[in-house]
Amino acid sequence: MNQELLHRQFPNGLVLLGEHMPWLRSAAFTFLLPAGTCYEPDGFDGLAGVSCEMSQRGCGKLDSREFLEELDSLGVDRGSSITTNHTSFSCAMPSKVLPRVIDLYSDLVRRPHLPEDQLNDARQLGMQDLRALEDEPAHRCFSELKRFRFPLPYGRISQGTREGLAAIELSHLHDFFNNNFHPTGSILAVAGNFDWEQLCNTVEASLGDWAGPIEPALPPLQPRFGSSHTDHASNQTHLALAYDCAPYECKDYYMARALVGILSDGMSSRLFTEVREKRGLVYSVFATCFSLAAQGCVLCYAGTTTNRAEETLHVLLETIDSLGQGINQDELERLKNRSKSSLVMEQESSAGRSSQIANDWFALGRVPTRVELCAQIDSLTCDSLLEYFHAHKPKNFSLVTVGSQALELPSGVANTQN
Amino acid sequence: MELLTHKTDAGPEIIALSDPAAFTVSLGWFVKTGSRDEKFEIAGVSHFLEHMVFKGTSKRSAEAVNRELDHLGAQSNAYTSEDSTVFYASVVPECQARAVDLLTDLMSPSLGEQEFETERQVVLEEIAMYDDQPPYGAFEKAMELFFGNHPLATRVLGTVETVSEMSVGQMREYHSERYTRDNMFLIASGKVDFAQLVDHVEEHTERWPTGAAPRQHRAPIFTTHDVLIEREATHQHYAVKLWPGLSCNDPRRYALRMLCTILADDSGSRLFWELIDTGKAETAALWPQLFDDCGCLLGYLCCAPEDAEENIETMQSVFDDVLKNGVTRKELELAKNKIQAGLILSDERPSNRLFALGQSWLTRRSYEPLDVILERFASVSQQDILDIAHRTLNHTPTTVQIVDPES
Repeated sequence: MNQELLHRQFPNGLVLLGEHMPWLRSAAFTFLLPAGTCYEPDGFDGLAGVSCEMSQRGCGKLDSREFLEELDSLGVDRGSSITTNHTSFSCAMPSKVLPRVIDLYSDLVRRPHLPEDQLNDARQLGMQDLRALEDEPAHRCFSELKRFRFPLPYGRISQGTREGLAAIELSHLHDFFNNNFHPTGSILAVAGNFDWEQLCNTVEASLGDWAGPIEPALPPLQPRFGSSHTDHASNQTHLALAYDCAPYECKDYYMARALVGILSDGMSSRLFTEVREKRGLVYSVFATCFSLAAQGCVLCYAGTTTNRAEETLHVLLETIDSLGQGINQDELERLKNRSKSSLVMEQESSAGRSSQIANDWFALGRVPTRVELCAQIDSLTCDSLLEYFHAHKPKNFSLVTVGSQALELPSGVANTQN
Repeated sequence: MELLTHKTDAGPEIIALSDPAAFTVSLGWFVKTGSRDEKFEIAGVSHFLEHMVFKGTSKRSAEAVNRELDHLGAQSNAYTSEDSTVFYASVVPECQARAVDLLTDLMSPSLGEQEFETERQVVLEEIAMYDDQPPYGAFEKAMELFFGNHPLATRVLGTVETVSEMSVGQMREYHSERYTRDNMFLIASGKVDFAQLVDHVEEHTERWPTGAAPRQHRAPIFTTHDVLIEREATHQHYAVKLWPGLSCNDPRRYALRMLCTILADDSGSRLFWELIDTGKAETAALWPQLFDDCGCLLGYLCCAPEDAEENIETMQSVFDDVLKNGVTRKELELAKNKIQAGLILSDERPSNRLFALGQSWLTRRSYEPLDVILERFASVSQQDILDIAHRTLNHTPTTVQIVDPES
């Protein structure tokens, strides 16, 4: 199926992207705003989340109840999220209501009421999320890893901190909103069944004259390596491990991603086989690639009962190292098949596709097509992967454990600083 | 889209929702067996068996099974509930034959001693993992108390004790009794080659055991309890409530779903405005669990310990109000739009259609097309919702709460 990326850059900096999926009845958009946690002022961790919540409490001519009721009556499935870089709003809907929903979200990003009498409610909601996170050791493990490995401003988590949430006043909210909800750096990506001309006109009318400051520059990221432990009364010890790899925007990314695929994609992957299938050490084990501020890392997770945590870490590290002993043709073929199959399946979801387009544009300034991705996948060979592994051996490890027993990285792990 | 069915004496029933324009085909074996079909001493066997199904057959080793699934590029998984066990895979259409061959072979697992012992550890790790995540434990305890000696009281994962003591012999016996061709359905959706599917399944299920696997159907005697579970270092307060509900064949289930949407949807519902929008709770939810012969309505609250008492009172006052005054016309219309749009969006993916069709076939041996379901919701009235509120919420619920002893 032909795949064409539709693109329009507005003079105010806003990027509008589109990809037709005419076989669907739905349309979906992902709206990324440069209002993630890395833009929070020091001491106000959680401000991005509270701002996102407050922006949905009435905008334009509608109060919060009217806003939600209109979305419900239009049949819009929606969500919002906070990442390090972005505040993100996503909606999937019957395609005919897309123009009206774009209008509604234009009001949300440009004319939110930010009602003072609801600030405390939004803050309390943030506190709820934070406490709930503290009761989920597996998620908490990744939050603690983020805090440990990525110094400020990159290490903040979307839930913030108790102190940060408590310190937020209305003026901080207005400042954050004025400084970060702006067209420069914002990406609106639409996928599904829609009319591009009509969409451009809608966006031109509702966001064309949107103005705001340019994105502030961010400092370079210098990750921290070593080990950290958080005590948690639990049966299992949760391990999160990170080590360097090529970031998404790097030309070598597909090599790095393929090596992680050999480790973790599918039930025949090495981690699943060695840690779970052969030894029964865990229920859950995986690795994934993560990119932030032009740097990449592999994130690994395993959760195991405390008396087996040491062995699990050992097997985890040994399995990562086993990549250096060679990649066999069969496992590479499996990885290729899985990757190509996923590319076919992504055509079934407008919501998934709009998110992918938006995030590709942010990281790469373009959106790779399925043909291009297939060519990248086809070009992978066992020899090239092995060579790449030896030239870019895992290094600069960070290990975070959450549970009743601390673990340390074994000596000999390649870290350039500690 | 076209519904295709096939049943002969020689094999299990095959049902497909064919969509020639789809990009993928989704396939699943739906087995009518779950924790409610287990004897007390082997609680958790259905779920443990679900794991063991991937641990090798007479034709394939465990490693070969995993390799082949990945070769097919399959998005595959399995799940176990109180009343069903499901194994499914989504693949590109040209891989249909190989995927059916593999999934069908998996239904006759070797159940080897050594794999059983290794996988026992994995299941115990799974229990340990959930046990670290409240509200796990509260739902299970609430079901046990609410259903009493009814089979639906059995925990899906079993317990550390039952899983630790289970023997492979007990599992083999359970498998031969429950995985019969009369108790299993092959469900497909998307770009299905139905003729090929029928030929393949008939040929490869010829030797499967036959016979209906009986299920105890009896009316539960619901009992009311109020229990506190103390759990150290818990930051939030978790409350689970169970009221009597409906069976999956009850025509009032559409009204019940709408009642839940109006009262407790995660956005724009009465409890949303009372508890979530105000920051008083992290979650306040209400949803039906529909089984063959009965059902329950589940309520769930997660909030700060110091707000729990007041929030529970607020929830009750919201329920009291709906029992007294019903719902408004506007609420009814919004709920219809919301549910109908959600169903239409979900129906776009063949994998979602697979579960809708499979679940419907397991419980009703029939399938209602999306348009019919949309019509059922459209015809629900305010009086229907008031009636169903009285049938469910007008009882004293069983309540289980998880609290930190320090708080």
